[in-house]
Amino acid sequence: MPPVNIIVLIKQVPDPKAHVSIKEDGTLDRERAKAVINPYDRYAIEAALKVKEKLGAKVIALSMGPPKAEDALREALAMGVDEAILLSDRRLAGSDTLATSYALSRAIRKIGHYDLILCGMETVDGNTGQVGPEIAEHLGIPQITYVENFEIRDGFVRAKRLIEGGYEILRSKLPVLLTITNTGEEPRCATFLGVVKAVKKDIVVCSIDDIGVEEDSVGLKGSPTKVKKIERAVLCRSKYIVKGGSVEEIVDNLLKKLEEDGIDLVMMSE
Amino acid sequence: MSKGDFSGVWIYAGHDGSKIDRATLELLGVGRKIAEKIGAELSAVLIGCGIKHFAYELISYGADKVYLVEHEELKYYTTLPYAKVLTDLIAGEKPEIVLFAANTTGRDLAPRIAARLKTGLTADCTDLDVGDYEDKASGKLYKNILYQIRPAFGGDVIATIVTPERRPQMATVRPGIFELPKKNPGRDGEIIQCRIELGKNEEQAVEILKIVKEERGEANLKDAKIIVGGGRGVGGPEGFKLIRELAKVLSGQVGASRAAVDAGWISYSHQIGLTGQTVRPDIYIACGISGAVQHVIGVKNAKIIIAINKDPHAPIFDFADYGIVGDLFEILPVLIEKLKNIKAKHKTLRKMVNVQFRGLTWKTIK
Ligand SMILES: Cc1cc2nc3c(=O)[nH]c(=O)nc-3n(C[C@H](O)[C@H](O)[C@H](O)COP(=O)(O)OP(=O)(O)OC[C@H]3O[C@@H](n4cnc5c(N)ncnc54)[C@H](O)[C@@H]3O)c2cc1C
Ligand SMILES: Cc1cc2nc3c(=O)[nH]c(=O)nc-3n(C[C@H](O)[C@H](O)[C@H](O)COP(=O)(O)OP(=O)(O)OC[C@H]3O[C@@H](n4cnc5c(N)ncnc54)[C@H](O)[C@@H]3O)c2cc1C
Repeated sequence: MPPVNIIVLIKQVPDPKAHVSIKEDGTLDRERAKAVINPYDRYAIEAALKVKEKLGAKVIALSMGPPKAEDALREALAMGVDEAILLSDRRLAGSDTLATSYALSRAIRKIGHYDLILCGMETVDGNTGQVGPEIAEHLGIPQITYVENFEIRDGFVRAKRLIEGGYEILRSKLPVLLTITNTGEEPRCATFLGVVKAVKKDIVVCSIDDIGVEEDSVGLKGSPTKVKKIERAVLCRSKYIVKGGSVEEIVDNLLKKLEEDGIDLVMMSE
Repeated sequence: MSKGDFSGVWIYAGHDGSKIDRATLELLGVGRKIAEKIGAELSAVLIGCGIKHFAYELISYGADKVYLVEHEELKYYTTLPYAKVLTDLIAGEKPEIVLFAANTTGRDLAPRIAARLKTGLTADCTDLDVGDYEDKASGKLYKNILYQIRPAFGGDVIATIVTPERRPQMATVRPGIFELPKKNPGRDGEIIQCRIELGKNEEQAVEILKIVKEERGEANLKDAKIIVGGGRGVGGPEGFKLIRELAKVLSGQVGASRAAVDAGWISYSHQIGLTGQTVRPDIYIACGISGAVQHVIGVKNAKIIIAINKDPHAPIFDFADYGIVGDLFEILPVLIEKLKNIKAKHKTLRKMVNVQFRGLTWKTIK
């Protein structure tokens, strides 16, 4: 079997693990959050590298974003990805998922040959999970979303897709686009050697002109959805915290307070 | 598609062959509200095989019309055939608004259709409304636009998204947020049987080899009045015995954080949060859960949240109505014992307690 051609789509996002503290005015402090590869996209990279080890594959990482997104691609190279492409263009700013997926699909067409496209299940900033299926539609290829694991055999992909309360096993012909969930396979870290190799590699940077995309079909103009209003939000409730004293006292204290407030755990359950 | 004479509100009716998804019924409730605001009909699209009886149920829950598509090849959901059927129907009937549940089906199907129709799609709405929209750039005023309200950045922001120019306006709606509408078995409605042609491509691309439902019925979190959730602090599958015991005493269900699920202590069907289920019990008891936004987002509609955590600074306390700072391995056995005693005493007393929603849900800040 010839090597599998895999394209992994990665987005650079603010680190979701960065400690988010609540400032005095009640807003969330995200300033210190550094930029990282979207966590699910790391699982996708790991999955691609596993295929490479098993069957032989050429893995290309593709990202759309500001010039800084090069860092994410550099890290992907250090993890073991073969090539990296950055689609970066001011005219892409403000793209919604339709415009984003369209631009990425044009970049993929430009790359040409592919058997497998891997996306994350969703990002930790936009959280829509729409870019993957929309790319598949623009390319006219099938998709399988929420994939926990998959294997390639005899020119087909066999994938486990998570659904509410269970899973499905699906089989698709190639090429196919998969969106990857937490696979349980811890994504590898870049090795020292990997980093050294990655520094020597070129990241191909392209503009929308290079991929034959017209200005009007991307950015704010090319996006059917508009953000009307955006507000910061916090969740909050009035709290009554019990601490100190013996375990017995603590539990009694809680039950007494609940009773005063007219909340009877046991009766509610009957 | 660009505007023309698009009218009507549609919902996609999901089901598993044996029953209609609860999320679909919730969609009928919010769909009704929107349809009334814009003075339009509410229709449901029902796709499957041997499911005509669901059409009557959809009508009794508020649909004015049901588009019924039945075909051998459509017995189980797969993306491409369903996308083809729905896109053809939308292109022919031109609804103004199309809503899907934001579950694994809706989030798989809706983007495929939106991209084919080149229209906008808003993800995971937690509220919907109707109002005017003024485009700042062109100065153009749009009347009766669907306000699609959704959290992003893991819940740190709430955005109102609109699709002013293209039609239909499409959105996925997060399950577990909207109340179930009242069932009225006497309601009138129209069932429209649709004939469809499937292309060869749609039929052959992806094949279902197996569908597995895990622990059927066990993790029935959606309807649970009381949920006891366990997190990483529970320490292992052994620790979940305490969680189960408390749930049992309260006739509740067991929920879990993603950390507990990822560790393999309990199955995914128990996961609550952004990538798990959204639930709205009367009472949620969080044990050994730190309170990450991605978890809390799934329980924010619980009427009352009680947290047990040994770290007084755990963020979960900011989201809780009641909290106990302490070691769950010490607290839970005592709590379980005391509740058992209370239960024994009250055996014969059955009084309905009306739980008030005490907390604020989202407080938006400037
Ligand atoms: C508050 C807010 C709300 C928004 N709501 C909506 C909305 O409801 N509908 C809408 O259409 N747009 C919306 N947008 C715009 C949307 O966030 C952007 O279009 C974003 O670039 C892509 O969406 P996402 O982050 O949700 O990606 P997802 O669809 O969640 O991404 C899934 C996967 O696609 C791949 N991918 C996504 N983006 C890229 C990229 N730039 N480069 C490479 N691979 C990528 C990755 O593999 C990723 O894991 C919103 C923006 C904001 C700020
Ligand atoms: C895109 C994305 C989606 C996600 N989706 C979800 C989701 O759907 N659901 C979800 O839950 N998470 C989700 N997460 C993960 C989330 O960010 C947190 O990592 C996760 O919720 C943490 O789980 P936890 O609170 O159990 O564990 P931790 O954060 O490790 O907290 C454990 C807590 O237990 C306490 N503890 C320890 N021992 C004891 C003891 N003996 N007694 C009392 N308390 C004790 C500790 O003080 C600590 O607060 C998601 C993350 C991402 C990035």
